[in-house]
Amino acid sequence: MNILEVNHLVKHFASQKAVDDISFSIAPGSIFGLLGPNGAGKTTLIRMITGIFFPDAGSISFDGRKFQPEEDIAQIGYMPEERGLYKKMKIGEQALYLAQLRGMSRADAMAAIKDWFVRLEMESWWNKKVEDLSKGMSQKLQFVTTVLHRPKLIILDEPFSGLDPVNANLIKDEIFRLAQEGATIIFSTHRMEQVEEICKQIVLVNKGKKVLDGTVEQVKQDFKEHLFSVGAAADAAQWQTPLFNVIGQKEQKAIIKLQDGVSNNEVLQYLIQQGVSIQSFNEILPSLNDIFIKIVEGTPTARKFDASL
Amino acid sequence: MNKTWLIIKREYLTRVSKKTFVLSTFLTPILLAGIIAAVIFMTVKNVQQEKIAVADKNGLLKEFLEPGEQLKFEFLPGADTSLLSKGYSAVLLAPGNGMNSTAERFEIYTKKNLSVITEGSIRRRLNDAIETRMVTQQGGMSKAAYDSIRSQAKEVGFDNKVLDGGSEVKAGNSGVAYGVGYGAGFLIYITLFLYGAMVMRGVMEEKTNRIAEVIVSSVKPRQLMLGKIIGIGAVGVTQFVLWVLLIVGLTSLIGLFVPAEVMEQANAMNKGVPGAGMALQANQATMAFAEAKNTLSSVNWWLITGCFLFYFVFGYLFYAALFAAVGSAVNEDPQDAQSLMMPITMPIILSIVIMMNAVTRPESALATWASIIPFSSPIVMMARLPFGVPGTVPYWQLGLSMLSLVLGFLATTWLSAKIYRTGILMYGKKVTLKEMWKWAFRKD
Repeated sequence: MNILEVNHLVKHFASQKAVDDISFSIAPGSIFGLLGPNGAGKTTLIRMITGIFFPDAGSISFDGRKFQPEEDIAQIGYMPEERGLYKKMKIGEQALYLAQLRGMSRADAMAAIKDWFVRLEMESWWNKKVEDLSKGMSQKLQFVTTVLHRPKLIILDEPFSGLDPVNANLIKDEIFRLAQEGATIIFSTHRMEQVEEICKQIVLVNKGKKVLDGTVEQVKQDFKEHLFSVGAAADAAQWQTPLFNVIGQKEQKAIIKLQDGVSNNEVLQYLIQQGVSIQSFNEILPSLNDIFIKIVEGTPTARKFDASL
Repeated sequence: MNKTWLIIKREYLTRVSKKTFVLSTFLTPILLAGIIAAVIFMTVKNVQQEKIAVADKNGLLKEFLEPGEQLKFEFLPGADTSLLSKGYSAVLLAPGNGMNSTAERFEIYTKKNLSVITEGSIRRRLNDAIETRMVTQQGGMSKAAYDSIRSQAKEVGFDNKVLDGGSEVKAGNSGVAYGVGYGAGFLIYITLFLYGAMVMRGVMEEKTNRIAEVIVSSVKPRQLMLGKIIGIGAVGVTQFVLWVLLIVGLTSLIGLFVPAEVMEQANAMNKGVPGAGMALQANQATMAFAEAKNTLSSVNWWLITGCFLFYFVFGYLFYAALFAAVGSAVNEDPQDAQSLMMPITMPIILSIVIMMNAVTRPESALATWASIIPFSSPIVMMARLPFGVPGTVPYWQLGLSMLSLVLGFLATTWLSAKIYRTGILMYGKKVTLKEMWKWAFRKD
């Protein structure tokens, strides 16, 4: 049973479709990447999943039932991209307030906050005000307040923006830990290297439509261009064969592109026949970044920003 | 509901525990009372015994010039200005005396200018003395008889009775009604702006701090808006009640500064004992004080207080929702707020203009309708109410006004919630009134 299923979701704003017939499903305990360029409709999609917007059409099911925003938002933790805190409020009180708004009792919230503050070495912060925190510190606090109520579904929109590598790693570890404990995580970003590192499954949206859906491995296989890197002490320019083209050579490595239907063994056989001493032979898979750019640039003109939202 | 309560609590507590709230709540009335006390104290202290030498060779004034509490006349034959350096604050020369031997008029010599009060007092006493002399010498009436006539004549006033709904007769006083109406209307006007702007700033803060989306992922935008409005409203009521308590407390303290004799005279005159006030030196201030004390009780304070609370609370709620909607549409630029606030501030300012008209003509069609339409009713109705219910304001008008204000509050809250919901999640874009209108009436 999937924790979240989104079926043919549509949301219009005035004249434009912010989300246009998007469907996907997320298995419990997975880390899911929701990708797309700015203005693709990610935030609108998330706002529907978190009950902030009602979809114009389509349905959402949460934990096997129809999504009931009133009750189910207690099971969801959402850290929006545009996020902040009450500047004048003390940190402990702020965390307590946000936890209570999410439906925790005061005592439970207190215990959970203490637990998290100890783990992330924030104990001394309790009586500080938000305005005294650095940007990275308040990001940490925001993360804690998002996951404090042990949500089944955690939605993080650009969670690492503004974090230094040390704190980013700290949060990353916590994300992995939460996933291991059974929480499902939706990770929305346009930073592809983070997605490759963290996510198993991804959906790519562009201009309100879903353009890609699958595991990271699968997507990479789908978009591979049969490129191989051959490590050999030889002049690749002399390889004349219908099996592949030489794309480039740098020092001891040549990049070749195999023709359709040519197997690796055929290539290796040819190279051995040429008397090349092969040191390495690796397939080059495209990075998500390459795939992302390829897809997004393939659809001309990022859609105009509609003034009337 | 539970979550709305949490929001109300936070909005209330963060504001009430602020230093500025404590300071403004306690310092304002203390400052006000302090100024009043200082003024009274200075006035009382400044009044000192004035010794005036009178040269009255021809006996124009002797017997007739009455001394006052702070005024003493000494008849010294041959008094001249040299007495000014001998402890006399003034030298009064009747016609035919000293340097004044040929003049027709009285002359008074002083070293420094006399205060307005002293001068007025001398003038009055002088006039009275001459009047009494003329009546007794030319009219042949005894001085005692004339004094008695004059004191009785001064006691005559008229009581203003209003036939309220037919049978009941109440004391009416248009002056007091004017003052109370004006004050109450103005107070509502100030609080609308004060607390309305507080709501707007609160919403803007949530938006610019980017906390709005975090909160609305756990509560409905409507709950957040209502929580803020109610929380700040409670702050307003708290501040108001504290002010009233402090002012009542402090004014009774001020009472200690008012000389006991003034109070005594006022009480005596209130009881209507003929001549009781006159036995003492009744000056104009005492008369006015007695008048005010008497007529203030002609106002139905329970009704005024009750209605004031109603129009204060619902007027605030009516406009606070609109202020919240504007706050939600504003981005970082406070200048945007100015232009978007125009449609809200215009009716409030218009109301105060109508109110100033309504206190002079509480029964005009303009005042009547403005006190029923919810945009202006909180201010204008408060100006009309002191003139009497149901005399000036029939029950149906009061009822209709209250009903339309409550309905108006529900309507503005409903519309504002729709604007608010869209506005708080919209960043980086300048919003126009036309767009806000569209958000408010978008159906979904």
